[in-house]
Amino acid sequence: MAAFSYLPKHSGSGEREAPTQLEIKLRRKARINAALRYFLLAAVGLVMVYPLIWLIGASFKTNSEMFSSPGFWPKNPTIQGYIDGWQTSTPYTFGRFFLNSLWIIIPKTIGTAISCTLVAYGFARFEFPGKKILFASVIATLLLPNVVTRIPQYLLFRDLGWLNTFLPLWVPSALAGDAFFVFMVIQFLRAIPRDMEEAARVDGANTLQTLVFIVVPMLMPALISVCLFQFMWTMNDFLGPLIYLSSVDKYPVSLALKLSIDTTEAFAWNQILAMSVLALAPSLAVFFMAQKYFIEGISTGGVKG
Amino acid sequence: MAELQLRGVEKTYGNGFKAVHGINLDVAEGEFMVLVGPSGCAKSTTLRMIAGLETITGGEVKIGEQVVNELVPGRRGIAMVFQNYALYPHMKVRRNLSFGLKLKRKPKAEIETATEEVSGILEIEQLLDRLPKQLSGGQAQRVALGRALIKHPEVFLFDEPLSNLDAKLRASMRVRITDLHKRLRDEGRPATVVYVTHDQVEAMTMGDRICVMKDGHIMQVADPTTLYERPANDFVAGFIGMPEMNLVKCVLTHDGALPVLTAGTQKITVAEGLAGRLSAQEGPVTLGIRPQHLQVVAPGTEGAFTGTVSNIEFLGHEVNLHVEVEGAQFVVVVPSAELDKKIGRGDQVGLRPLGASIHIFDAESGVNVSLPAD
Ligand SMILES: Nc1ncnc2c1ncn2[C@@H]1O[C@H](COP(=O)(O)OP(=O)(O)OP(=O)(O)O)[C@@H](O)[C@H]1O
Ligand SMILES: [Mg+2]
Repeated sequence: MAAFSYLPKHSGSGEREAPTQLEIKLRRKARINAALRYFLLAAVGLVMVYPLIWLIGASFKTNSEMFSSPGFWPKNPTIQGYIDGWQTSTPYTFGRFFLNSLWIIIPKTIGTAISCTLVAYGFARFEFPGKKILFASVIATLLLPNVVTRIPQYLLFRDLGWLNTFLPLWVPSALAGDAFFVFMVIQFLRAIPRDMEEAARVDGANTLQTLVFIVVPMLMPALISVCLFQFMWTMNDFLGPLIYLSSVDKYPVSLALKLSIDTTEAFAWNQILAMSVLALAPSLAVFFMAQKYFIEGISTGGVKG
Repeated sequence: MAELQLRGVEKTYGNGFKAVHGINLDVAEGEFMVLVGPSGCAKSTTLRMIAGLETITGGEVKIGEQVVNELVPGRRGIAMVFQNYALYPHMKVRRNLSFGLKLKRKPKAEIETATEEVSGILEIEQLLDRLPKQLSGGQAQRVALGRALIKHPEVFLFDEPLSNLDAKLRASMRVRITDLHKRLRDEGRPATVVYVTHDQVEAMTMGDRICVMKDGHIMQVADPTTLYERPANDFVAGFIGMPEMNLVKCVLTHDGALPVLTAGTQKITVAEGLAGRLSAQEGPVTLGIRPQHLQVVAPGTEGAFTGTVSNIEFLGHEVNLHVEVEGAQFVVVVPSAELDKKIGRGDQVGLRPLGASIHIFDAESGVNVSLPAD
């Protein structure tokens, strides 16, 4: 009996010191598998980023090299594209267009965050007559293609005398016109228990105080995502400014890029690409700065809701 | 600091479900009232109506001299402790405690003194600079308690505050809360408390009085002793007490001097002390005997039910004997020392009610008809 119980113990401790043939085989297989997986992922990833890498590389090329060599690495790196591109063919430098972009984006983003929070809070936490119909119409606008509303909107803003101002770009968003964001915040709110808000009400907070002191801090990850999306989409928005802005001094970056294509007879591709790289920079910078919250926001909003 | 009155309070939810059916309840100043009942009996609903978190669809709630039906929670002079603490997740403990006072624009110095005092009482001084997610369940519940205490409310409301804690912590928190209540009373600022629980041990040990609820109705409001000794109906009798009271369908007849109870084919005579109160009653009734009030005797003894032992549960100092009497299950609690060791599963035993300790409930209304008329 004693010998019997001794045996497995012995072989057990032996196993730990020298792995068996099978174990070595399994381990090698796992390692090969992992290597294969990572190789595949890296390859696909590279295919995805390659245009971006090429863009950055090409922005340092001369205009003549652009189409003559397929590689992304410039033979004679130069920043002439950046210098010339920045000057533009208009009376304004590209800095002006960046400022215009910011001047569109910042009020719009702040307006979106505030209005979406208010509207989502109302839908998620209060009962009021007509709530179902109103909510359904919010969701319906989410499904509506943007193009459909362009013309009526244009006519409306024209009658208001808002053409060639930033108002048509700001106001709809500041009135929670972006149903997607409203929906996103509602989903996020639904996953947050009401207890804290009730505790705040018992503590003497009114509805607005509850919203500001309790709900908004808990909503932060979602709101950061909203702001990020709005920032990036507005930065890249081309159609909106194209329709409503007519004087060059109001142009944002997206239109200015197109401008340099329009006005030069022989396209100065290196300038265009250089400015494209600059145009990408703010979105990328903001994204990487807020990456942590951003991903938290999307995942909790999506999964729990 | 104020009494609480519920007058015909009703609640119909938005979906048409009537959760509370016109209840009347008086909680005296400084009284510890426990609302107890099975799940879904509308304890929380009632409490939330008092708090103002749920609209009152009928009747009125008075705190002190004021009808508070239309007041927002913050103006009712109440504080509430929630089951899952409901601490503000993004605020440090210190701010959690002082949030209510800050909203009332109390001076900074006053807030600080109050925070210190409360955290001293609840022994949470070393936690003041933590976030709620860095607290254990017990600590979080103490902070939640502190958040209520700091406001010196007229009425404290608790909704199952201990049900997320483990058994040991629950016992110590129970003592802490009752001690706190006594302490406030001794300091001359008695706190009126409404405490919701579904745990009858909490109810019996903490409550000055207990309000037993069922399906949105109040079944009985009384102090723990009365509730245990003189339950008003079969529901209260079955709900209060461990193990549950034995409730058996019987027929009550009066042949001869003493009333007789017939269960199946077996008869027992009702003890003399009770007989007088039952003279008006006849026909089908429910007999209620607590497991502690049954005596194990030899099978066939006069005045005893005879049945078969179906299970024996040994609990240490006592034994629960399950006995089947013609289809009806009885539980008997016998001190271990007194139990005949030879009794085993399948054996025949006699069960004799001890003296006048039985209750007779009307079979239809469930009302206890064996209570002394006083
Ligand atoms: N918002 C609501 N809408 C409709 N019915 C509800 C709502 N909230 C609760 N009820 C119903 O009201 C009844 C009482 O609920 P309540 O939460 O007060 O029970 P409870 O006694 O607190 O139960 P528990 O011990 O499980 O907490 C239940 O039947 C419940 O289904
Ligand atoms: Mg409840």
